[in-house]
Amino acid sequence: MRTPLRPLTRILLARQRGESPDLIERENLAQRHEALREKTQGRASSRLALLAVAFGCAYLTIGVRMGHLAASVPVEPVASAPGAEIVAQRADIVDREGRILATNMTTHALYAHPKDMVDPKGTAAKLAEIFPDLDAAALERRFTDGRSFVWVRKVLSPEQMQLVHEIGDPGLLFGPREMRLYPNGSLAAHVLGGYSFGAEGVHSAEVIGTAGVEKAMDARLRDPAQAGAPLQLSIDLSVQATVEEVLAAGIGMMNAKGGAAILMNVQTGEIVAMASAPTFDPNDRPSPLIDKDAEAGDSPLFNRAVQGVYELGSTFKIFAVAQAMELGLVNPDTMVDANAPMIWGKHKIKEFEGKNYGPLLSVTDVIAKSSNVGTAHIALMIGPLRQQAFLKSMGFFEPTALELIEAPGAKPLIPKRWPEIVTITTAYGHGMSASPMHLAAAYAAIANGGIYLKPTLLKREGAAKGVRVLSEDVAAEARKMLRRVVTDGTASFAEVEGYEVAGKTGTADKPKKSGGYYKDKVINTFAAMFPASAPRYVLIVTLDEPINTMISPVRRTAGWTSVPVAAEMIRRVAPLLGLRPKVEPVAGTTLTAAEN
Amino acid sequence: MRSVLYVVAFLAVIALGFWAYRENYATQAALREVRGLQAEIADLREALSVQRAEWAYLNRPDRLRELTTLNFDRLGLLPMEPGQFVAADQVAYPVPEIPAITGPVQVQGEIDAAAGAAASPVAVPDAPEEGL
Repeated sequence: MRTPLRPLTRILLARQRGESPDLIERENLAQRHEALREKTQGRASSRLALLAVAFGCAYLTIGVRMGHLAASVPVEPVASAPGAEIVAQRADIVDREGRILATNMTTHALYAHPKDMVDPKGTAAKLAEIFPDLDAAALERRFTDGRSFVWVRKVLSPEQMQLVHEIGDPGLLFGPREMRLYPNGSLAAHVLGGYSFGAEGVHSAEVIGTAGVEKAMDARLRDPAQAGAPLQLSIDLSVQATVEEVLAAGIGMMNAKGGAAILMNVQTGEIVAMASAPTFDPNDRPSPLIDKDAEAGDSPLFNRAVQGVYELGSTFKIFAVAQAMELGLVNPDTMVDANAPMIWGKHKIKEFEGKNYGPLLSVTDVIAKSSNVGTAHIALMIGPLRQQAFLKSMGFFEPTALELIEAPGAKPLIPKRWPEIVTITTAYGHGMSASPMHLAAAYAAIANGGIYLKPTLLKREGAAKGVRVLSEDVAAEARKMLRRVVTDGTASFAEVEGYEVAGKTGTADKPKKSGGYYKDKVINTFAAMFPASAPRYVLIVTLDEPINTMISPVRRTAGWTSVPVAAEMIRRVAPLLGLRPKVEPVAGTTLTAAEN
Repeated sequence: MRSVLYVVAFLAVIALGFWAYRENYATQAALREVRGLQAEIADLREALSVQRAEWAYLNRPDRLRELTTLNFDRLGLLPMEPGQFVAADQVAYPVPEIPAITGPVQVQGEIDAAAGAAASPVAVPDAPEEGL
């Protein structure tokens, strides 16, 4: 009920009494203000109280949460969205058909906490029983000298793990381990290389490549973004197995110290098979030789196909002849001087076993008979500068760009100066050294019509790009000459019915460490291509110190050692590669040569 | 009117609280299940890779070569050779099988000269299923 400021009765009374009615008004006004003030104050204080409660609650919540965080065990936050997991595995390596060459397997590592051990002495003895390579006394010393952590084994098999479990000592602990497995054993060992562990922890260890493709492609194999996708090589597992089998058998029959074989696709530059013997098992990679006097080639780890830098002998002759034809200096029927021995300054250039094919020999016969003197004269026509440029374009001056960690280290040995005598010796493959892989790439250029392709160990998608080094016609002429070597030259054992093998033999004396050459130690090479009319593959077979003792007198030339091995290899491998033998139609029959 | 609104709002709060509580637990259960499934997938993947490795190990060329040698009398397998390729027209095709004659049809008989002459100039023996 609102009180009027000037109630009429009181005003009239005041007026009668002669008082001022304004006093009454002021009094009422003051009363009204007082009521208003009290009301406002009450509302404000209740709001303040509410605010205080809200703040109190907020502080309480934060306090409780902080207390909880401080008192509880920390947990890593987990991404709950599916598909966010990272595959932290090293990628597999597969062959060109997708067959596994290297994969991963989960196993366990064994470590010990000696301070938790009940019976360190007994445990050490029992461990030495399970692992014969461990020394019980040394192990016991490590368990008792006060350290709190000891690695025992890096990798255990499930059986060994069970045996360790049966020891039952609380101080022995297992950590999960990813290990690399090469299911095919020693197959393609030099291509794959090997692995070891990098940084090691109790819960995991880094797997790193130590050689071969495993090391050269380490970054790609460890890339988490590509972990699901295996690395596909150009190697064909069954072809590789056959090449290794034949090479090993050939080394045995020819009493050789070692050997290498390379099979290369001439259209794509892919290496379909690459073998080096003796070989090793990458699952249990032997340690490198420590003996300083030992030759690198004595270690099974040595990859003769890539690291073996040798003088390649007469296989080089075709390069001089091809270049001379490319320059228009000779044609296949040109007669060149081949009168042996040839005297050049104080050097005397002789033929094999002091023969003389001269006085004149056609260029085709220079290759077929493998005449050193004829080649020397052709090389002199070319001259040192042009010869160097050509060999450079064929890749002989650089290490091969193969995807192996060993490849960049295998530099060809090039003479520092290049006088005319070096031109002569290089033309027939002496004086400069290169690896069989260099030779394969250069022969592939002749085989595919004159285009040099960089050899690769990775499966190539699409057409390969190369550099033209010879014209198609010259390459075809060179192939005809190489075919002549097989049909009526030094490599007659290379004839494989239906596959028109063409190739060139090379026999080079091994250089002594002290200088000079061994009389009875040779490196024999056969560089082949097949089928000669339209080559698909190049095969290089190199044997180290072979002796063919199946005939008398014993033979050391490539024609009697590397060539039969290469022929057997082609006979076994060509059907696997899907090459149909060319059957010449027999005269007098009504059969039509159906090309289907 | 206002009190009805209050009651409705209160009930709505209760209902939403109940819904949120249930959703929370359902989500946690789903996450647990996902974790379980992921662990199972990882286990299966590992098993798969072990089996792949085992398959590759069992199919390694060395072993297959030994097995073919051991079982040569039963399988007679030899390495592939160039002589095994032949032209398609040199392949001996199987001789088509001629089915045995089981239901001979009697075609010998007398020809009704008048009817035969009326039907066609050439005498045709009556086929038993003529018209089909």
